Amino acid sequence: MPTANERAAHPRLSTLLRHLLPSSPRTSPATATSADSLQASPTMAASSASVFAAVPQGPEDPILGVTVAFKKDPSPVKVNLGVGAYRTEEGKPLVLNVVKRAEALLLQNQSRIKEYLPITGLADFNKLSAKLIFGADSPAIQENRVATVQCLSGTGSLRVGGEFLARHYHERTIYIPNPTWGNHPKIFTLAGLTVRTYRYYDPATRGLDFQGLLEDLSSAPSGAIILLHACAHNPTGVDPTVDQWEQIRQLMRSKALLPFFDSAYQGFASGSLDKDAQSVRMFVADGGELLMAQSYAKNMGLYGERVGALSIVCGSADVAVKVESQLKLVIRPMYSNPPLHGASIVATILSDRGMFDEWTKELKGMADRIISMRQQLFDALKTRGTPGDWSHIIKQIGMFTFTGLNSDQVAFMRQEFHIYMTSDGRISMAGLSSRTVPHLADAIDAAVTKLK
Amino acid sequence: MAMSRAAAAIRQRRRGPLLPASRSVASLFGHVEPAAKDPILGVTEAFLADPSPEKVNVGVGAYRDDNGKPVVLECVREAERRIAGSTNMEYLPMGGSAKMIDESLKLAYGEDSEFIKDKRIAAVQTLSGTGACRLFADFQKRFLPDSQIYIPTPTWANHHNIWRDAQVPQRTFGYYYPDTKGLDFAGLMNDIKNAPDGSFFLLHACAHNPTGVDPSEEQWREISHQFKLKNHFPFFDMAYQGFASGDPERDAKAIRIFLEDGHQIGCAQSYAKNMGLYGQRAGCLSILCDDEMQAVAVKSQLQQIARPMYSNPPLHGALIVSTILGDPALKTLWLKEVKGMADRIIGMRKALKENLEKLSSPLSWEHITNQIGMFCYSGMTPEQVDRLTKEFHIYMTRNGRISMAGVTTGNVAYLANAIHEVTKPN
Repeated sequence: MPTANERAAHPRLSTLLRHLLPSSPRTSPATATSADSLQASPTMAASSASVFAAVPQGPEDPILGVTVAFKKDPSPVKVNLGVGAYRTEEGKPLVLNVVKRAEALLLQNQSRIKEYLPITGLADFNKLSAKLIFGADSPAIQENRVATVQCLSGTGSLRVGGEFLARHYHERTIYIPNPTWGNHPKIFTLAGLTVRTYRYYDPATRGLDFQGLLEDLSSAPSGAIILLHACAHNPTGVDPTVDQWEQIRQLMRSKALLPFFDSAYQGFASGSLDKDAQSVRMFVADGGELLMAQSYAKNMGLYGERVGALSIVCGSADVAVKVESQLKLVIRPMYSNPPLHGASIVATILSDRGMFDEWTKELKGMADRIISMRQQLFDALKTRGTPGDWSHIIKQIGMFTFTGLNSDQVAFMRQEFHIYMTSDGRISMAGLSSRTVPHLADAIDAAVTKLK
Repeated sequence: MAMSRAAAAIRQRRRGPLLPASRSVASLFGHVEPAAKDPILGVTEAFLADPSPEKVNVGVGAYRDDNGKPVVLECVREAERRIAGSTNMEYLPMGGSAKMIDESLKLAYGEDSEFIKDKRIAAVQTLSGTGACRLFADFQKRFLPDSQIYIPTPTWANHHNIWRDAQVPQRTFGYYYPDTKGLDFAGLMNDIKNAPDGSFFLLHACAHNPTGVDPSEEQWREISHQFKLKNHFPFFDMAYQGFASGDPERDAKAIRIFLEDGHQIGCAQSYAKNMGLYGQRAGCLSILCDDEMQAVAVKSQLQQIARPMYSNPPLHGALIVSTILGDPALKTLWLKEVKGMADRIIGMRKALKENLEKLSSPLSWEHITNQIGMFCYSGMTPEQVDRLTKEFHIYMTRNGRISMAGVTTGNVAYLANAIHEVTKPN
């Protein structure tokens, strides 16, 4: 056998040997000898087993798994109500016209460069995003009390906010609604927070368990962080009323609970940007502090560009400056600075009156189509006399409806009707069209009458 | 919101007294300390604030043309023209663009790499080089929680931040030898030998940042050999492939040596400099595994780390990279442009050295042309750097690192003169 020296001098020989000798688990680092010449032997092949040999396969993502299964299905009547991305009446993804226009403008501008953004992101984008969610006349903005940093869509904003809190806030527990978006608990756990839940959805009414919510927030320790969906709760579509929000706000302020808003659907829920921001603005108006994670994935259709912002409304301008400086320390070792393209598109649109108006029209168009799908589905079930109260379909808001179907019924609908949804009975209304509503209604009708 | 006075009054009563807008609320974050400024980015901030017409920025590591202007490569502009209006902006998979990953692996591992054919490489698209390093560090922490990372002295400052935030303990290994302004090869080999078997090492594949000092090919072979004896894990950070020598294949030589020697490497790739895609955040993390099944498992776990961090990586930069590398004509254009950038920098190194020699500087400036890549470790002290800034409005990091990309035919003489002034013996 050649010595290690010889092998090093003849790389081809080394490569050949690797193919001839059986590969075997690398001897554990503790027992490997550090002799100066490597004794080649069958149990120590040139390619020892990887240090990562024991890494297990990760679990399939339940939501994406639905789309995988859908794609495999050859049925011509299949419908994908799994993932939460908007689809047109023709079932196609949509790039907003105003986004195309903005991109064209950016492309035409030859003086545009691709330099690193600051760690905190595109400054104009940050200012405009804060104005969008808090209102242009928000006193918090006027008083420079808002620290805003561009982040990687909603996920990135939540993660950076969570990491900041884990490092600098005195309470390490965050309460998230039950149920909530599947990624929330993972984000906050990895950020270093302890995750607990508060009651939110009432299966009996398919609406808000308001009493349970108030009780759970009341018994949370003072100072605890509370995750709130600003509008269009994912996955249930169930939102508190304005009055209920006011009660939540008073309770939270009285217990010094820290609000962390997740706003992924501003404008997408009701069709009105201001209306969908109402819950957030109520909290800002009382002068208190809060965190806000904003996403442009759905309301501007910028999904893959990963555009979002984290804002922290602070008690004073001084604190906001210090907070921003600490946010940078979270971001720099994570990805250094955020991506340029999506934020430039957003800033272009938000800073131009004409484009802004065009956007609000297209946004309302998407929201209206979804609201119309809700109505059509409700009517179709009513026409069929499907047993049960289906009014929650039109009471719930946003992209998702929590149908109330159980996992057996969901499986039945997949098998017999080729309808794909997550096993919790959540359907993405954006995946429906006038053409497919009757098929879905038939499926629900059959599932509910055949299985309990 | 428009509201009647009555409604406003009701709202006021329900809410309780509004806090006066002018008085600050006792903040929950009042105790937060202001963070220290990033040393590298702080330099550019100071430069921008300087009104002097003579100011020179040789601080941050972004390429500039001979007029001192940032550059968007022609191949990138063409790629963007093709991309505009052509996609639907849907989410990429958690692991990113398959096409971009394929092209990236070919670049790093070789077009005909058997590892690619055998599907043994677990790879995901990342937020440039930073994101690739961070993902690896988090992965290392999760699956080898008792491991640590050996980082060269010196290194890009953010390396320390990345592994610290991933909670992986750090050690350093010798690298730069101030006396020669070159490689401390003996120290480096010593540290490799003395590290516990199976240690993780961070290696700069080419164009070491901040020193510009790279091992020779022969030295890389010795390092690889020693790694084999010690069973060490080599993690390559390759942020300058193509940008160092002008030839991407040549700049990947260290990696190819290690692969030939049978190491199962990890590799972080960045397109920030070599494609000028800085702000697009385009990069790739790859880990060479035993076999396809293991690569699938490792990739799935990398995705599990990405999901709660940013869900899936940004689209635009990935489209640019895959458009360019996937089209032979565009790729040829890119290779030409990246060589152009590397050549300009090599030319500026020569010019700076010659200017200093012309000024009869008694010191040796050989290291300027011996070093490679974007940075030159000048050997100047922090005090000398401060003088450069105060007296000559020349901005660089206080470790004496000069970003050669900021040197132009227009400012090289001025720069040489200033360096001479602050370094000449009295």
